[in-house]
Amino acid sequence: MASAVHISQVSKSFGAVKALRNISFEVNEGELFGFVGPDGAGKTTLFRILTTLLIPDSGEAKVLGMDVIEDYKKIRPQLGYMPGRFSLYQDLSVEENMKFFASVFGTTIEQNYELVKPIYHMLEPFKNRLAGQLSGGMKQKLALSCALIHKPKLLLLDEPTTGVDAVSRKEFWEMLRMLKEEGITIVVSTPYMDEAKLCDRVALIDKSEILQIDSPGNLTKAFTKALYGIKHPDKYRLINVLKDYEFADSVHPFGEFIHYTDRRGSIDESGLNEYLDSKGLTEANIQSIEPDIEDLFMSLMQPEELHV
Amino acid sequence: MNAFMGFVVKEFKQIYRDTRTLVVLFGMPIIMLTLFGFAIRNEVSNAKIGVLDLSKDEVTRELIQKLSVSKAFELNAYLDNYDQIEEVFKQGEIKEVVVFENNFANKLVKEGKADVQVITDATDPNLANIVQSYTGAIIRDYVQEINDNGVAVKAGIQPSVQMMYNPELKSVNLFVPGLIAVILMLISALMTSISITREKEMGNMEILLVSPLKPHYIIIGKVIPYLLLSVVNVITILVLAKFIFNVPFNGSYGFFFFESILFIVTALALGVFISSVAQNQQTAMMASLAGLLLPTVLLSGFIFPVESMPLPLQVVSNIIPAKWFLIIVRSIMLKGSGLLFLWKETLILAFIALAFIALSLKKFKVRLQ
Repeated sequence: MASAVHISQVSKSFGAVKALRNISFEVNEGELFGFVGPDGAGKTTLFRILTTLLIPDSGEAKVLGMDVIEDYKKIRPQLGYMPGRFSLYQDLSVEENMKFFASVFGTTIEQNYELVKPIYHMLEPFKNRLAGQLSGGMKQKLALSCALIHKPKLLLLDEPTTGVDAVSRKEFWEMLRMLKEEGITIVVSTPYMDEAKLCDRVALIDKSEILQIDSPGNLTKAFTKALYGIKHPDKYRLINVLKDYEFADSVHPFGEFIHYTDRRGSIDESGLNEYLDSKGLTEANIQSIEPDIEDLFMSLMQPEELHV
Repeated sequence: MNAFMGFVVKEFKQIYRDTRTLVVLFGMPIIMLTLFGFAIRNEVSNAKIGVLDLSKDEVTRELIQKLSVSKAFELNAYLDNYDQIEEVFKQGEIKEVVVFENNFANKLVKEGKADVQVITDATDPNLANIVQSYTGAIIRDYVQEINDNGVAVKAGIQPSVQMMYNPELKSVNLFVPGLIAVILMLISALMTSISITREKEMGNMEILLVSPLKPHYIIIGKVIPYLLLSVVNVITILVLAKFIFNVPFNGSYGFFFFESILFIVTALALGVFISSVAQNQQTAMMASLAGLLLPTVLLSGFIFPVESMPLPLQVVSNIIPAKWFLIIVRSIMLKGSGLLFLWKETLILAFIALAFIALSLKKFKVRLQ
């Protein structure tokens, strides 16, 4: 399979701040590739290099087989780009934004209507509303429509679901799956771990470095430790008590549960329960659970962050 | 080309939807012209004066009569002795006292000359100067009159003064060309630099750059709406100047608009240049106001004549486009000059325009920083 993006040993700093450190990865044609990592990990810088807006300090970056420095003029028309911040014209209406971006890319809404239709038809009832007055989810749909209007070969979406409600996020990912079916290569970044499993392959990125790249299934398999979910009404005390436990390996809050691994590996749940009882945390609910990508991410992150 | 038209249409829509921009665009010229036209004047009207007539004969009576009917003066006090002069000046109302010596008429007839003393309150030197020269003019006029009537002996050399092109010395005639320069600078440079930096600030530029739209299309597309609006403003000012302030227009309108567009293009290029350096709207605004508007007002000859500036400032004034534009517009409007006389200034202006266009095209970044 040909590669849509080829990045090798790319670094980028802003003054003293290292934004990217020796990043390397490939995105195959037709793939839905995700970058998952917290804010400040370097995702936006990476996207700006992919969109030819920033020049890497070192390393090689090829997009659609062309060099991002020399061939930027040829690359740009073939990209669909959605920056992290809503970047359409807030004082133009939905339809005017669409028309404007269509004309900028030398096309019309009608010409590529089939491609954007599933997304745009949801916006059509509001087509005369100013973009600035749309809800977060609507804005993202509009931005995606505008990025798609010229049938790009590669779609680059920088945190498209940040600040968007859960329902809209789900819808948005359904759209991405649909676009993938159309044969468009998609690179997307997100701070939400639960979205990682919706990608074909995922790169975990933190502190300017890629920690691991694999399919979501393989990534969770890489987490080999036995994982337990523990629940108790007094969550705050539960965390502290667990951290003080002599065999504790990692303790992370995940929603209503505390995810816990033990240094002894697989453990007898009653032993842990006795310890909790002795600390006054009676009737704690302990169960063995399947790890997900966030568990892996937490375990890959640098140790000093673990016991905050 | 379609992409370019789309861009221009978008730009017009944005301007049209932004009330603040609209107010600045169309309110500013009217407000400024009215302000400069009515409030800020160099000519004096109704300055209060006093008279100390030690002679009280028919000649002094006639002279006093002439002074008091002049629109410039309002005769406010008759004094009896010299001591009162300082007193009235201290009260502050009276700006000038005219003193006629004893035996004024007699001396004038017998010796052919009589003394008038003009004492002014020079706390406001400008006003004092003007008031004094007005008084002088009225007295000279009167002397001329009685000479012609053969009452007095003709005395020596008589200067015959004629003020050409602006005989009434109306300051509004001088302000209108300067005002056109200031307003064009404000709208063209300030507004374009703000509107381009806004695209940067809002992140629109990020998408525009990643599109097939060529950088010079982005710039020209940004600039064309302001070019058209500036021309509309020039017309507004001209109409106001002509019908409200009766400012004469002696030259060719075609030539005038050609020069105006040349100046607008210069200002637009400056605006684009500022926007390529400034990262946000505030910086762009400060740079435009301090870096463009101030020199345009102070160093172009709009308010202070370039000839009376210290040499270093005179040198600096040469690179200020408004200076050349002012010379051109004043000549066209008041003297009716054509390209034959103004080719040099036009050429300089064109050169400055080209230089800034080249500079701003070169500075325009196709990438983010």
